[in-house]
Amino acid sequence: MTMPLTVRRRRGRLGVHAFLAAVSLAFLAPLLLAVYASLRPYQETAEHGYLSWPKRLSFDYYERAYTDSGMGKYFVNTLLIAIPAVIVTIFLASFVAFAVARLRVRFGMVLLIAFTAGNLLPPQVLVTPLYVVFNKIPLPWWMSDSLLLYDSYWAVMITHIGFQVGFCVFVLSNFMRTLPTEILEAAIVDGAGVWTQYWRITLPLCRPALAALATLEFTWIYNDFLWALIFISNPDKLPITSSLNNLRGQFFTDYNLLAAGSVLVALPTILVFLLLQRHFIAGLTLGSSKG
Amino acid sequence: MPQKAEPAPKRRRMRRFTRRDVAVLGVLLGIPVLIDIAIVWGPTVASIGLSFTSWDGIGDIKGVGGRNYEDLATGYPAFWPAVRHNLLWLAFLAFVATPFGLLLAVIIDRGVRFSRFYQSTLYMPVVLSLAIVGFIAQLVLSRDNGALNAVLANHDNPVDWLGDSDINLWMVLIFAGWRHVGYVMILYLAGLKSVDPTLKEAAAIDGANARQTFFRVVFPTLRPVNVIVGVITVIEALRAFDIVYVINKGRNGLELLSVLITDNIIGEASRIGFGSAIAVVLLTVSLGFIVTYLVQELRGEKGR
Repeated sequence: MTMPLTVRRRRGRLGVHAFLAAVSLAFLAPLLLAVYASLRPYQETAEHGYLSWPKRLSFDYYERAYTDSGMGKYFVNTLLIAIPAVIVTIFLASFVAFAVARLRVRFGMVLLIAFTAGNLLPPQVLVTPLYVVFNKIPLPWWMSDSLLLYDSYWAVMITHIGFQVGFCVFVLSNFMRTLPTEILEAAIVDGAGVWTQYWRITLPLCRPALAALATLEFTWIYNDFLWALIFISNPDKLPITSSLNNLRGQFFTDYNLLAAGSVLVALPTILVFLLLQRHFIAGLTLGSSKG
Repeated sequence: MPQKAEPAPKRRRMRRFTRRDVAVLGVLLGIPVLIDIAIVWGPTVASIGLSFTSWDGIGDIKGVGGRNYEDLATGYPAFWPAVRHNLLWLAFLAFVATPFGLLLAVIIDRGVRFSRFYQSTLYMPVVLSLAIVGFIAQLVLSRDNGALNAVLANHDNPVDWLGDSDINLWMVLIFAGWRHVGYVMILYLAGLKSVDPTLKEAAAIDGANARQTFFRVVFPTLRPVNVIVGVITVIEALRAFDIVYVINKGRNGLELLSVLITDNIIGEASRIGFGSAIAVVLLTVSLGFIVTYLVQELRGEKGR
């Protein structure tokens, strides 16, 4: 009786592995294809297609994508937008979450709903009024060379902050509810004010959640395409993901160059994911499982 | 923002805030609330208002009543295809990609070797920007030298996967699904890990087989995850934009509501009133789902 059962189970395991391996391969294939295409000259793939044996492999396209189109500059633009945006978002959101989940301020529920629901709206609903208003807000020359909020990093940054705070409030308030209240009560007995309770007592306990959110938010802002497309008109100011569109010619597109560009742009997010996988996944799942 | 008083604050603390505490609270709650109003809720309300005008962004704002909506429904040929495409997008993510993600999560959760590897691989596309996914889709699907036509070896009669308006939406959906499956899988994996193992044992003792255990015992306990996955699926389907925009700017079979809004606003015509009317349609649909979700959330909140 035991023999056939183990045999069947082993066969079942093999089937599971075959299935998972096939799916994994299918999931990796497009990425591998992009890498492969980027290593080969256009003439060769134009003649034989992307799925042919290579005659020549080189990193020429990477050099071209990086130097010719000035990708270094766009990477800097992305960092200039993403780093302040992530820090400010998490700082503001953690305080709102603290007030809602730990202090239990009045109207806390209303705040939580307003922030969470706001994050779920489609961005296109907000685009028109923001575009109009940003075009009307003047900024001094040292903040924006367009002298407007429109076509400046500030516009993209503030929009990211406004939009992403909602998600972070939601995740962090769920997380903070799971923290023991005794520590906070002890601090209150010792006469700690709101700021101390927040900055010295609660935030240090939230480190894992904050790390997870920072990883996730950075990736999302890095990957953003829409906001910069709409709020920035000077191509030199585009962040990296939106700038990729510029690798495309008006009439002719060298897809191999585009592939090299895509790989270069995707690489940091993939590295972040592989190195900080635990944080990344924790960030996504903190919001869904309560604590 | 509508603020209604909380019914009889039972758990109000005896403790009073000092003046300094009130200042800290005022500033640090005030700033995010102001930003949220300025960036999210204010523009949302403004979009609704603008949708009843014929504003072009420069001249005076003139009200036109519901005319934009009439034009939308009857005189704008791209509108109904876009609605249909958004609904198809939703259906595909909900009935194909999401169940597939759940299936993968269940398989991996049962404990196979190399599960870390499978997990990472399947999840990798999630970190890619949808714009990049669009570019990669072009490499695979391009008519003249794409990989798919090479695999099919149909040199004489190549299929234009992205150019043929009958099939391009489906092709794009596969790539959108590529990214959605991993996301759903991760959420379900986390949910499955937190299922109490004694539940499964009890079901096994009662003689339930694996399928019955899953559908009758495990799946119902995943309800919070199901709600989140549902919301993410709907939101992703309504937000879809980048991937079609990089492929062909959302034309020729790839029209979506989000694309129509962008076209009307930053296009040369700058039909802001009209674009806003499309935005309001999108808003109405999403609010329906958001409200359902929040009601569920709050019910859970009370039970706690």
